[in-house]
Amino acid sequence: MRHLLSIEDLDRAGIERILDRAKSFTEVSEREVKKVPALRGRRVLNLFYEASTRTRSSFELAAKTLSAEVINFAAGGSSVEKGESLKDTVQTLSAYRPDLIVIRTPHVGAAALVAGWTDAAVVNAGDGKHEHPTQALLDVYTLRERLGSLDGAKIWIVGDVTHSRVARSNVLAFTKLGAAVTVCGPPTLIPRGFEALGCSVEYTLDRLGEADVVYALRMQRERMTDSFVPSLREYAAVYQIDGRRLGARQVLMHPGPVNRGVELAAEVIDSPQAVIGQQVAAGVVVRMAVLYELLAGRGAPDRRPDPSIPAPQLA
Amino acid sequence: MSAPDRLVCRPQEPAELLIRGAHVLDPRAGLDAPHDVLVRAGEIAELGDPGTLEAPAGAEVIDGAGRHLFPGFVDPHVHLRTPGQEHKEDLDSGTRSAAAGGFVAVVAMPNTDPTVDCAPVLRSLREAARREARVPVGFLASVTRGLQGDALTEMAELRGDGALGFTDDGKPVYRAAMLRRALQYQRLCGGVLALHEEDPSLSGNGVMHEGEVSARLGLGGIPSISESTMIARDAAIAGYEGGRIHIQHLSARESVAAVAEAKARGVRITAEASPHHLTLTDAAVPVALDTRLKMNPPLRSEDDRQAIIGGLLDGTIDCVATDHAPHAREEKEVPWEEAPMGTTGLETAFAALYTELVLPGVLGLGLVVEKLTAGGALFDLPVPQIAVGRPADLCLADLAAEWEVGEAGYESRSENCCFAGRRLRGRVLATVAAGAVAYRQRTFSVVGAA
Repeated sequence: MRHLLSIEDLDRAGIERILDRAKSFTEVSEREVKKVPALRGRRVLNLFYEASTRTRSSFELAAKTLSAEVINFAAGGSSVEKGESLKDTVQTLSAYRPDLIVIRTPHVGAAALVAGWTDAAVVNAGDGKHEHPTQALLDVYTLRERLGSLDGAKIWIVGDVTHSRVARSNVLAFTKLGAAVTVCGPPTLIPRGFEALGCSVEYTLDRLGEADVVYALRMQRERMTDSFVPSLREYAAVYQIDGRRLGARQVLMHPGPVNRGVELAAEVIDSPQAVIGQQVAAGVVVRMAVLYELLAGRGAPDRRPDPSIPAPQLA
Repeated sequence: MSAPDRLVCRPQEPAELLIRGAHVLDPRAGLDAPHDVLVRAGEIAELGDPGTLEAPAGAEVIDGAGRHLFPGFVDPHVHLRTPGQEHKEDLDSGTRSAAAGGFVAVVAMPNTDPTVDCAPVLRSLREAARREARVPVGFLASVTRGLQGDALTEMAELRGDGALGFTDDGKPVYRAAMLRRALQYQRLCGGVLALHEEDPSLSGNGVMHEGEVSARLGLGGIPSISESTMIARDAAIAGYEGGRIHIQHLSARESVAAVAEAKARGVRITAEASPHHLTLTDAAVPVALDTRLKMNPPLRSEDDRQAIIGGLLDGTIDCVATDHAPHAREEKEVPWEEAPMGTTGLETAFAALYTELVLPGVLGLGLVVEKLTAGGALFDLPVPQIAVGRPADLCLADLAAEWEVGEAGYESRSENCCFAGRRLRGRVLATVAAGAVAYRQRTFSVVGAA
């Protein structure tokens, strides 16, 4: 695997290999010195065009734990604000010779574009509403820890599916590992044709009891302004996962950050069924495994000398 | 109102030409056999059996054996980007591109900067075309000032100064009452109203066809009903006012049905379809999110594509139009959602239709030629015909030639062609437009001067 742009870049065996390696990395986090030299001397560039707390920090922590150098590049306060195009930015930053670029942008397919413009390996940390593959991997990791296996598990993804890259990556990853996925949400927030991803579609929580896992999506407040839902109040009344709707044996997941009182009621967030904290913790080891998968055992990117830079002359 | 020449072109040397033995295919003229075609002073002077005509002194002789000669194509829908966006295309490059595709006349859209919405802009544009255009160009003016949708242009004056008709192409005439006024005013000044049909409230932030592919990619979808509901509305208004409308770039099954229904009711309505909607679908998009495949209306489903082919076959769709829409490389080399809509199409129209539809037996070659030449009729322009006494409007093509789109660059200033990299069959070798040689393939040599 050269890049991780989509869950489609991985087959079941590839996903399992990454998860097994992630598992082996958990031991590092428990050491007094939380560092291993696996990626010493490698450069990881975090290129974030969208606000992010946990994804960016967990990539940074993952890279540093593996002893890689990390450069953080946030779009705000940079040349991007002066009108530099994505292509020019990537080509400029490529002059720093990164071995791997982690990129998040609001645009579908941007990570794939970047992969075509740089010699570095590229990890998609979210491209618009398209995909967020490392989120899906850490979710699968968390579930595997909890359930042992996803084979035959019934997973319901509930909420704003239309605007969710997490939903797309997770439907693909969960089904690859043998789970049966149902997406559920207001008909205005499930795109026409979504079944083609390999899931079924429900518009009410009436059959939520069938689920082994309930995965709630973040409901953004601005969705009301476009009349996707008449009000958050009505949304919560129909779709909120609360103590009444969540069964005792069901596992509850959420990609964060949670809107308390909207998609989740306070009592379930803090319930023993919730694995939201485990998801965050899994983020670091899974991203370590992804960086390792893409960089370890591979030489630095094959680069031809830049003819515009004169070769150093030896005296 | 005196009518000026509707089409303008730079002055050209009238051709003296003998095309020997080419297979002449002109369905309207009833020709489908090898002939010698003699062009004198830019007119078709004589047709004869192969080998029977002699070249007069000074005439150029072209060996047509094994090649096809069609009446020249007419494109009722191109964007020449002039004035104001000459970095994408100008009158010279755009008409060179047309000639390279076998087109002998094109109709330019007014969504330029400034908009062609008043007589001075139209007059200066036509003046420029008299200096620069390699093939005759006609211009549409906008229906509303600045394409803003809230005030009619001075349609009568614009018609007097040579506007072929009117369109707000790129945008719909969103307010029904504004379209109704324009159709009422059409009784005074004539000029067909060419309509880009789209309900912006349904298209929303859509950037591709709404369907399984957009759902998978997380891209905003443009539903088929965004187009078809506006066609139904506008056909009803045109029927009520007795006005004449032309529907641009049909893309959806529902749209073809809406046009067919209006035609059956007797509404004065015509329609066009583009080579890309006839040959490509949204399934081509996810491969690399190649922004050259992003246009408006978007590539739709296979079912929609089949319906458009059906519309061409049953006459619901009157002509093929390329919607040639050049954009600069840096404008297209951005993420899909940021990229402007549009693909170039003049240089690939014939080869794409021939390769994807004629060779597999979906459409007859005669029908394709008929639809590629019919585009002028809706603006009351003469339809090119291979007949003695008619101006020479000809396209010489080699159907056996296989080429890769973009392999040798483009005549257009822009390279955003949705067929880039595809191998196509059928290559235009030479184009004679309004009696003058407008294009000759660089590697194509003539037999010699007699």
